Amino acid sequence: MPDVDITPLVYAGVSGDEPAAAILEPLPVSEAPAAVNAAARPRRRDARRALPAFLRNPAALIGALILAALVGAALLAPWLYPDDPLDLVGRPLLWPGARAAFPLGTDSLGRDVAAGLFHGARITLLVAASATAISLALGIVVGAVAGYFGGRLDDWLVKLIEIFQTIPGFILLIVLVAIAEPHLCIIIVAIGLISWPSVARLVRAEFRSLREKEFVMAARGLGYGHGRIIFREILPNALPPVIVLTSVMIASAILSESALSFLGLGDPNAVSWGSMIGAGREMLRTAWYLSAIPGLAIVVTVLALNLVGDGLNDALNPRVAAER
Amino acid sequence: MLAILVLNFFLLRLAPGDAADVLAGEAGAATQETMAALRHHFGLDLTALEQLLAYLYNLVHFSLGVSPRFNMPVTALIGERLPNTLMLMLVALGVALLLGVALGAVMASLVGRWPDRVLSVIALLFYSVPGFWVGLMLIVLFSVKLGWLPSGGAVTIGANFTAAEAVVDRVRHILLPALSLALFYVAIYARLTRGAMLEIRSQDFVRTARAKGLSPLAVTIRHVLRNALLPVTTMAGLHLGGFLGGAVVVETVYSWPGLGRLAFEAVMGRDFNVLLGILLLSSLLVIVVNAAVDLLQAWLDPRIEAR
Repeated sequence: MPDVDITPLVYAGVSGDEPAAAILEPLPVSEAPAAVNAAARPRRRDARRALPAFLRNPAALIGALILAALVGAALLAPWLYPDDPLDLVGRPLLWPGARAAFPLGTDSLGRDVAAGLFHGARITLLVAASATAISLALGIVVGAVAGYFGGRLDDWLVKLIEIFQTIPGFILLIVLVAIAEPHLCIIIVAIGLISWPSVARLVRAEFRSLREKEFVMAARGLGYGHGRIIFREILPNALPPVIVLTSVMIASAILSESALSFLGLGDPNAVSWGSMIGAGREMLRTAWYLSAIPGLAIVVTVLALNLVGDGLNDALNPRVAAER
Repeated sequence: MLAILVLNFFLLRLAPGDAADVLAGEAGAATQETMAALRHHFGLDLTALEQLLAYLYNLVHFSLGVSPRFNMPVTALIGERLPNTLMLMLVALGVALLLGVALGAVMASLVGRWPDRVLSVIALLFYSVPGFWVGLMLIVLFSVKLGWLPSGGAVTIGANFTAAEAVVDRVRHILLPALSLALFYVAIYARLTRGAMLEIRSQDFVRTARAKGLSPLAVTIRHVLRNALLPVTTMAGLHLGGFLGGAVVVETVYSWPGLGRLAFEAVMGRDFNVLLGILLLSSLLVIVVNAAVDLLQAWLDPRIEAR
């Protein structure tokens, strides 16, 4: 389903087999004084250890390969299917396989389903990635400021987060898109706007636990400014759980976008998988393949993202992975 | 709460076009005078501040205003649809919890062996499937191909049923929408339950229970599972907003006469009062349910109260 607070599954994966402290605990910063000059070093060392762990995980690798194929398909769409996917190219309602020219059939107006699928991948991935980028930026800034400075500012920001978490996200999304024009940019911003609170909460928790560490003290002692401490010193060390969350967020952004365009609230000039399902719904009784094919595409994409998320989680939190 | 209210209000004020435009458009033709009369009738010609004050004033009197589109009070409109949505959500939540906890318990008891791995993949699959698509595919399978279950609506219209038949009819109608709404959450609860049970299993009191000579089944159910329900209930409370959002889509798929479809119709008709009412009510519902979950947790785990 589209609207969901995605933190639970991340927490379920991360902290389920381990007390929550496992992720909230900062990464090992062994040489604290040295870490000031190279705060990124622990992370880099961690990444070097995490990559092989990720590659050894078959499920995660499959997920990553599927994703790579999807991105490739999205990039190749203009070459493989240079015509507008909304063009009418053949007889309407051809079943998949009925005509070699249209391996996935045509819809009720004679549009090529395969072309729609490829171009839809572009739109769907674009919307999901940009929306996630927006909510990451918002969530990291709000979470970092709240967690780093604390005090009254923190109280206010936490209230803001709570307000956004109380309003049912998908209903808010519908309202936001309905009152503005159904344009791609609006949809991207709206999805970003409803999904940042989970990032903010995670980043805030990380910052709160990291801010009293020695390397931050040392950075303070050296007279670094707040901005430098937040972005160069603490943020790199707070990133691993955020990276795990990111893949899950892209997945849920895809679900939100497809539900939105399924309802007919998407951009009417862009083909997305959700709008293809919505269009196919009217012919459900006779031509159910029209809804089934783009839906399968969504399932495969989201599944791949979740596999990658799980793999990243295991790779970046080795203690949990060892227990499995 | 007030912040949500005012925020909602101004959000909706930003929308281009108002209900008078839509009504006029549907009537086919409207003069400037009828437009003005319509606007005046529903108070749409007042300034934003006056409208906000009127709205707040009405709210204090438990009135959510009048829907220009349906021409009836919003509270009545919502009250008419709310029971359907609540029923759908409760059934879906029940299905999700039951299936999810059962799957999670099986996975945790057989951790690392093949049923655990297979179920993990299935759970991940459930987690990746859009609910509306599952809804459509269920319709294809069960109502189009097999003809077992109805494809939409909440009751069979125009049928003369005895009480027992009416109940059966309801159940037949609710089964598919509830299942499509629940599937996503089955996955979440299964993973949560599995994780929580694995964590609890290694604690001392479980070892004590086992040392007492209790059967493994009794230990799993009475000691481990009971404690593992705690995080699951917290999450179930948090997911209520998600259930509401999911209901919008699922209700549209199954033409289920509930709040979600009302929200969709309100968006299409630019009916601000109805939209505001639904946003407000659903936020309120989330707050109330979270308070209820807190109480439930204190009951499940007396230690929480002491803290």
